[in-house]
Amino acid sequence: MRLPRAKTVSRAALFVLLCGAGAQAQGGKPGALPDKEFQAKFAYCRTCHGVNAQGFRGSFPMPRLAGQQPEYLKNQLTAFIERRRVNPVMGNVAHVLSPAMVEALTKAFHNLDPEPLGGAPKELVDAGKKIFEEGDPAVDLPPCASCHGPEAKGNDQIPRLAGQLNDYIIRKITNWDKERGQDVAKPDASSVMEPITHKLTPDQLAAVAAYVSTLR
Amino acid sequence: MQRARRDQRTGSGLVAALLLLIAGAASAQDALPVRNCTWCHGSSAQGFMFAPRLAGQRTAYIERELASFAAHARDNPLSQKYMWGAVARLDPATAQGLAVYFSSLAPEAAADGQSGLAATGKAIYDNGVAVDNVAACIACHGPNGEGVRDIPRLGGLSYVYLKRRLEQWNQGYHQSAKPMPLVAKSLSANEVEALASYLSFVQFVDVGR
Ligand code: HEC
Ligand code: HEC
Ligand code: HEC
Ligand code: HEC
Repeated sequence: MRLPRAKTVSRAALFVLLCGAGAQAQGGKPGALPDKEFQAKFAYCRTCHGVNAQGFRGSFPMPRLAGQQPEYLKNQLTAFIERRRVNPVMGNVAHVLSPAMVEALTKAFHNLDPEPLGGAPKELVDAGKKIFEEGDPAVDLPPCASCHGPEAKGNDQIPRLAGQLNDYIIRKITNWDKERGQDVAKPDASSVMEPITHKLTPDQLAAVAAYVSTLR
Repeated sequence: MQRARRDQRTGSGLVAALLLLIAGAASAQDALPVRNCTWCHGSSAQGFMFAPRLAGQRTAYIERELASFAAHARDNPLSQKYMWGAVARLDPATAQGLAVYFSSLAPEAAADGQSGLAATGKAIYDNGVAVDNVAACIACHGPNGEGVRDIPRLGGLSYVYLKRRLEQWNQGYHQSAKPMPLVAKSLSANEVEALASYLSFVQFVDVGR
């Protein structure tokens, strides 16, 4: 029942996106973003996030943006600007982006579909799949699939996890309280994930991170 | 108590140093053709003339660069003239041995940049320049320019070498060295000067090889 509906919604979203891209290619609209400026910024993001935005392992892991939900991307970029989410690198990167640029970038990243970067321990994948789909009823850990979707593609402000770097996921969940939802006056979607980050044991986290990192 | 502990530490440090010396000397003189490299790169591999410092560079990075010289992918004029020949008859096992050997040597900072530009260089290194699409180098090369895995150590390399490297990607050379051709494209001449100056002063921080 839920599955076909989700698909219809994402098809409709894709259709809207394609129409949007068409309008942009024709250009000439007042206030439209010059293509050259957009291409330069898009390339700049991919120096760190990987040539195809599949993620990159530098001195610390830089997340996959390819296929990510535009609403999630938008909310995170705003969160970096408003210091609801703290990260020294992305704070500077985000605060110079115009709304038109954010709009164009989030669409462009959503439309990329490279292979997952990989690199996670394969032997953890099966255990991770179980946690992702069933949670851990003994400690009231909900299935990740119930929010992130059965294929981990996310929806709206709930992020896609499919193909995300496992080491990035482990770091984010472990440091959640120090990095996300940092403005008490402005609670955000991070509070939905917070209790779950406390319930996951390190072993469960490593397993579920390995599992989703393999999904295309 | 304090004293005893300190002695113990000095003691184990000495043993480690001796072991390193023995291992270094054995591999250097017997098995590995180190001399074929050091006559250009300097007798302790700290860099000499055009040839960059190899001491303390990351093992996996050295190995990859040797392969890219052999494949003629790293193709700037100095690489062509000096390194293509130097690696032409290097088998993979020897290349790996040399990489392990050179990465184990303690590096010294060249400190040959303009010290007046170091603060500007550090600011660009740490934060990038978001309005001009200049990436923060720290995200990949680490807080002390120490590198990680196959991403090279930059701290203490010579100003002259760093400047040349950052310029050559824009001249169309070595485009396979992703993501650096893209990173270098947004750098202005002044930013290159500042970054190369800053990095030449960065002291060695040991984070393994
Ligand atoms: C200098 C490297 C660098 C550049 C350039 C860069 N990023 Fe990032 N980005 C990072 C790092 C590192 C993180 C992880 C931050 C963290 O750990 O919280 C990140 C995280 C993000 C996130 C959060 C993703 C998630 O899954 O929560 C978004 C969105 C993002 N970047 C978008 C962009 C966009 C858009 C651009 C180009 C305008 C860009 N980045 C350029 C390094 C970079
Ligand atoms: C009740 C809904 C819900 C459930 C269940 C849930 N999540 Fe989330 N998750 C969210 C929301 C909402 C966000 C976005 C938080 C934000 O905006 O900061 C999120 C964010 C995340 C992120 C950050 C992604 C990034 O790119 O930085 C990870 C990782 C994550 N969830 C993993 C999991 C895992 C693993 C499970 C299962 C153990 C799980 N989630 C279960 C709602 C949920
Ligand atoms: C004839 C002089 C010469 C000899 C001999 C030589 N090199 Fe080089 N090497 C150079 C020069 C010059 C460069 C700089 C090339 C450039 O600027 O791209 C270089 C660059 C390198 C680099 C790249 C360093 C970096 O930071 O990217 C490595 C690795 C290297 N050499 C290893 C070796 C090894 C190992 C040997 C011995 C097998 C060797 N070299 C022998 C002159 C030499
Ligand atoms: C997204 C990751 C990333 C970012 C950001 C980045 N680098 Fe690099 N850098 C690399 C990688 C990977 C290499 C190795 C490339 C190769 O030879 O294959 C490299 C190589 C280099 C080298 C060559 C070192 C040598 O020994 O020859 C220099 C110099 C350099 N980078 C400088 C910088 C500077 C300056 C910045 C910031 C303006 C920067 N890098 C930003 C990943 C990065």
